[in-house]
This record gives sequence, structure tokens and C-alpha cells, in this order.
Amino acid sequence: MAASSRAQVLDLYRAMLRESKRFSSYNYRTYAVRRIRDAFRENKNVKDPVEIQTLLNKAKRDLEVIRRQMDSRSVAQAGVHWHNLSSLQPLPPRFKQFSYLSLLISWDYRRTPSHLANFCIFSRDGVSLY
Amino acid sequence: MLLRAAWRRAAVAVTAAPGPKPAAPTRGLRLRVGDRAPQSAVTADTTSAPEAGPVLRPLYMDVQATTPLDPRVLDAMLPYLINYYGNPHSRTHAYGWESEAAMERARQQVASLIGADPREIIFTSGATESNNIAIKELEAAIQPDTSLVSVMTVNNEIGVKQPIAEIGQICSSRKVYFHTDAAQAVGKIPLNVNDMKIDLMSISGHKIYGPKGVGAIYIRRRPRVRVEALQSGGGQERGMRSGTVPTPLVVGLGAACEVAQQEMEYDHKRISKLAERLIQNIMKSLPDVVMNGDPEHHYPGCINLSFAYVEGESLLMALKDVALSSGSACTSASLEPSYVLRAIGTDEDLAHSSIRFGIGRFTTEEEVDYTVEKCIQHVKRLREMSPLWEMVQDGIDLKSIKWTQH
Repeated sequence: MAASSRAQVLDLYRAMLRESKRFSSYNYRTYAVRRIRDAFRENKNVKDPVEIQTLLNKAKRDLEVIRRQMDSRSVAQAGVHWHNLSSLQPLPPRFKQFSYLSLLISWDYRRTPSHLANFCIFSRDGVSLY
Repeated sequence: MLLRAAWRRAAVAVTAAPGPKPAAPTRGLRLRVGDRAPQSAVTADTTSAPEAGPVLRPLYMDVQATTPLDPRVLDAMLPYLINYYGNPHSRTHAYGWESEAAMERARQQVASLIGADPREIIFTSGATESNNIAIKELEAAIQPDTSLVSVMTVNNEIGVKQPIAEIGQICSSRKVYFHTDAAQAVGKIPLNVNDMKIDLMSISGHKIYGPKGVGAIYIRRRPRVRVEALQSGGGQERGMRSGTVPTPLVVGLGAACEVAQQEMEYDHKRISKLAERLIQNIMKSLPDVVMNGDPEHHYPGCINLSFAYVEGESLLMALKDVALSSGSACTSASLEPSYVLRAIGTDEDLAHSSIRFGIGRFTTEEEVDYTVEKCIQHVKRLREMSPLWEMVQDGIDLKSIKWTQH
């Protein structure tokens, strides 16, 4: 493997493990770490550059999947807090708005140029977050 | 305006750095040395003040009842729960078109897992509805001697794999319809509807790390299998199942099938290893343990063990750190011993002592070891308390006892 693509693979591997360790659920976290390690280990002797690129692209897509999960899961946990709002001290408004909005932004990944437009349309509809 | 300013700050924060992470309530599995009881399971609807420290929940070893959603499946579903919310049957605008495209893509994913044509897949609300549709064909038989054979591919209680290919061969030679409920088998063992001569197949979403509330029925087109719709209405799904197809759910089912196809070999190898570990470790430390079901034709992820002289429900209660079941969830409300165990000829007392261990994609070695350790500990303790066990230790044959009435 060329030195540059080897470096690329290692960077991707490290990035994926780093993101995977952010899963708060024990089972998802251990699965992600284990699966990533096993997959990279299994493919470490692949020589064909086209196949390497295909595998790298798949790994990049999976990395994005994990990254998006981090945003959506912080919303899910914020949702639990919203249930208890009467008994809990109110969360800092910036936190609540951030996690919900980051979900909307990150989930528009297919239409990247227009994600901000959707975001603004939402604001015109007058959504209140507090 | 306060709102706009807040959003501008939020937008900057997104591009700048990852946001503040809330305190994760379930950071780690509570695997601590010693028998410290975990706190009660977390509930989102609690009205009391939340706990200060991390909330501990039992290990999940009941995958036959339901499976957690795979993160890749959630990723596929979320756009359709947020922005892409169109009705897939709307023909006049982009919302409908993109939703329909997603639904058809999911149909292709399900079909490719079982070797079928996408036109042969009808989405339903789950394997139970699919089973009902398939069996209604028998009741609505046109010819008086039409019959149907219906067999589970992998049993959900004891994990036995039925000889589907052989049964399919017999049915096709006798011109009898063959239906199989593949809820526990799809995505776990290789299935091909053409090789196995299956005419009808039920698929369940939440057994293969997909969402709950969705399933599919495979209905063979060549030779054509006619079924009668259970649900009538707008004629969706070729008239076989009216009702708006829930795009987010079917996208989840499709994604779950695709992931299952990719991960089948890896999962099977791992689950077999873990199952072997569980069975060996329990059997070498405890006498009088019986594994129910044929050991050869067996799906490794579903292990049903009977612990003689120990009552199943009391063992389940003792193993409160582990989510287990004694028999299938669908019959768990009744007190009768499992009909499956009775059917394979298990003694009544052993049938009452059975526990089902489920090992799935997300089960770890540590969870298996912990479960084994606790199981051995509690079985020994319960046996110490059991007068039956005492009698057995003294060499008395329990079958020879004449129990008197008081």
C-alpha cells in the first residue's frame, strides 16, 4: 500500500475508534470498537488499490453514521430530561437548542448545500424551544 | 430577536466544535466484582427527582423477545422521521416520490436477503400479521383439498432449525403450499426461497435489529400463490395489505436486512463461539443441566437450558441483573410450561426449570461470563434450599416416590 493511503487508513481507523468510544450505551460502544478493529484487521492484507478505495469509502460512510448518532443520541438524552422538566432545574437554554438543532442540521446530510435553508425555514415557522 | 441570536450562536457552535455532551446516564455496564445489586431499571416517565449517579440496568440476554436497533438502521431511518416525511403513495410531488423511492429500495433490500424478487415482498405490521395473511389462504381455499404446511424456520424457544429445504421439496412435489415463519431466522442463517421451495415467508423487523411495528410477507409469484387481504382499504401493496406503508419503518427494515446480509457470517461465527463458551462453562460447573433441542440442528444464539431441581421462575428472579426469559415472551403471561418443551417430550418438572439465554450481535464476552457466573451461583444456592435436591443427593429416586395427599 502507498505510504499516503496507509496514513489515510490509519487516520480513519483512529477516527472511527475515537468516535465509537463516545457511544454511551455499553453494547453499542463495545460492538462498534470490536467490529471496527476486526474489519480493519481482516482487510489489512488487501493489495488491490481499487478494492482499498472501496473499503475506505465504506469506512468513511460508517464513520459519518457514528458521528450522526452522537448528535441524535444527545437529543434522546435531552428528551429524557424534558420529561422531568418540572422536577429538574431547567437546562441551560443554549444546550437544549443546540442539541435539537444540530440534529436537524446533521440529518440533512443528503442535501448539504441547502441544509441551512431548511434550518431557516424552520425558524420562519416560529418554533419555540423554551 | 432572542431566538435568531440563539440559533446563530448554535450554528457557529456546530461548525466550531462538538457540542457539550450531557452526562451519560448509562455510561458503563455495571460489571463489578461482588454481588452488589443494581439500582432499579431506569424509566423515562418517572415523576420523582432523577438519580444523582449513573443508573444501572440489567444485561440484555433476551434477543429472541426483541433486539436493539442497530445504529446503522437508525441512521437510515432518521431522515424519514425528520425532513423526508412524505406519504409514499402520493404521486404528485417530490415528498411522495422520494418516500416511494425509499420504500422500493427497502423492498429490494429485503428481497435480496432471501433470494426473492422485490415484487414478491409485501410490507406488513409484523410477522404476526404476515402469518395471519398466509394462513387465511387456507381458510379461503378455492379447492377443497388445497392445504398448507406452516413451519417455523428457527424455533424461538429452543433454537432448533427445521429442515426447511427438505420440507419444501416434499411440499412442492405434492403441490401443497409451504409457509414458514422465518422471524428468528432471517438474517441469521442463509435462506433462499427458491432453493428451499418456500411459497410464503413471514419476516419480522424487530427480531433482526430493526424497528418494531414492521414486517413483511414473501408471497411467491411463480407459481402464483393467492392470498386474501386481511385489511381492506385503498389497495396499497398490490391490494394485499391496504394502509399507508410507514416509510421510516420499512426503510429501517430494509436497512436491517442489508446489514444482516453483510454481517451474517461474522455474527454467526461470534455468536457460536459465545454460545459454546456459555454452555461449556455452565455444564462443567453444574450437574443435572439439560440443553433442550437438537444440538446438531440448532441456531447457536438461542440456548434453552433446564436446571433440574430448580424452579425456572425463581431462578429468573434470582438472576435479576440479567434480562432473561423462561420460554417465549408471547406466552410468558400464562403459567403453563412451554408447549414446545412439552412437545419434544421434556418431563414436566424439567419444563418448569427451563431458562432461555439469547446471544445476539451486541452481546459481549463479559456479559456471557457474568451471566454464567451468576447462573452457577444461584442454581447452587437454590439447590441447597431444595428438599428435592437433598433427596437426590441421598440417592433417592424421585420417580419412585409416592406423594401422599394431606
